Amino acid sequence: MINKPTPVIDADSRQYWEGAKSKKLMMQYNKNSNEYFLYSSSLGGIKHNENIEWKEVSGRGEIYSFTLVHAPAGEAFKDDIPYIVALITLEEGARIISNIIIEEGEKISIGDRVTVHFEKYSEELTIPKFKLVK
Amino acid sequence: MSKFPCIVGASDFPLQDRGKAKEGNTELTIQRYCAQKSLEQAGLNFSDVNGIAVAGMWGVPGPGIMQPNVLTEYLGIKNPRWLEGTNIGGSTFLLHVNHACQAIEAGICDTVLILYGSMQKSKMLRSLGNRLAIYSNQFEVVAGLPLPVGAYAMAAQRHMHTFGSTKETLAEIAVATRAWATMNSNAAFQDPLTMEEAMSSRIITSPLHRSDCCLVTDGGGALVLTSHEKSKNLKTNPIYIRGYGETNSHSSINYMPNLERLEIAEFSSSNAYKMSKLSPKNMDLTMIYDSFTITVLLTLEAIGACGPGEGKDFVKDGNIAPGGSFPLNTNGGGLSYCHPGMYGIFTIIEATQQLWGLCGERQLDDPQNAICHGTGGVLSSASTLILSKEKN
Repeated sequence: MINKPTPVIDADSRQYWEGAKSKKLMMQYNKNSNEYFLYSSSLGGIKHNENIEWKEVSGRGEIYSFTLVHAPAGEAFKDDIPYIVALITLEEGARIISNIIIEEGEKISIGDRVTVHFEKYSEELTIPKFKLVK
Repeated sequence: MSKFPCIVGASDFPLQDRGKAKEGNTELTIQRYCAQKSLEQAGLNFSDVNGIAVAGMWGVPGPGIMQPNVLTEYLGIKNPRWLEGTNIGGSTFLLHVNHACQAIEAGICDTVLILYGSMQKSKMLRSLGNRLAIYSNQFEVVAGLPLPVGAYAMAAQRHMHTFGSTKETLAEIAVATRAWATMNSNAAFQDPLTMEEAMSSRIITSPLHRSDCCLVTDGGGALVLTSHEKSKNLKTNPIYIRGYGETNSHSSINYMPNLERLEIAEFSSSNAYKMSKLSPKNMDLTMIYDSFTITVLLTLEAIGACGPGEGKDFVKDGNIAPGGSFPLNTNGGGLSYCHPGMYGIFTIIEATQQLWGLCGERQLDDPQNAICHGTGGVLSSASTLILSKEKN
């Protein structure tokens, strides 16, 4: 079996991945504009050198868009098909990309409410994924 | 534009066996062939070239990181005064034309060669995975988003949700594009495609099916640009670049502002129209980079062919097919003609050849103006050109 890709953790993503290990969903927060974001600030219109800190967020949000993948992103994901990759708008306003884990028979739509669910891959890596709010 | 930059050479590379270059070729032989052919059309030689632009996905890591150096060496161009190697994805070559116009206008150079070559099919280089989980893209790679198709799929899902477009809407685009390809003897797929075949083709990543996705082929092309003054002594009729635009917004699909609107294409094309003093209704031909059917739908709505959300009605009833009122992607596009990875240059080659009247069975009735629009990355970058037989 081919190993799944692991993130190259850097200065702008470290707290996100570190937080996930202790089941916390962490986002960057701009204290001046009250805007949350992850990694790139383009959607928040945030200027450089503004007052940024990391904060834990609720983990609740809704599906902005999604795709049910049948042709996997390489061999590493072959055993997972079909699986869902989605863009999720968090209650706090940030948008992130992750997987949505559904149960047998569940269907998803844009606008559905979701909540974070942490999937532990290894001691080093836990991935924040999402499940539908029932 | 006082120097009236224009295209005087434009040619693509002959393919066989569903989009393969004949054995023995390399990315470089493909580019030499196209360069030579384009220069010969105009009656120029390699020694006339004083500006060179090239981009591609070959030779990386290695010399492909600095492609202008490789091509200058390989073709024996002496002392080029202007070099361009920007890569913003498949829209790159439209951007190279924009920048070549600026260089010609500024008097830096007067004979520019724009080049592209790819052997991605023969070398089996494409994969939906194997991307590095780095920078802002690390989250999607970890999530297993097949790229680039998964990003376009999420835009399609969002467009369907917002505007009520459907799987049929997308299939209409695939079917019309194939109908044009039946008249292109260099197209990888020349047999007609039915709506039923399109809609029952294999699902790749919802809502996109196989027929919604571009091909994987080899291929290449070249363009020669010069000034109006210099074009007077050349063999081809100059095709003037009347307007251009470019912009970008993101690298990862997560950071695209609104997935149901291609706002970068609205911005780029409106700047191009403004410069050209022409409007969408003046366009006799529209060439859109059709990486996926959804790219066409989003682009039609963004460049003013129809309004936002109106694309689903616009593409119906053969409107964009041969015999329809809106000639679109008359070469058969990236969906049916060829898609060597960075298709943008083919929008310009086809538009130029249509304006020259050289397109044989698929030739339009005396077109005067054409718009070319390219999208690169994952709906990340945009570049627009407005071409005309008249210089002003």
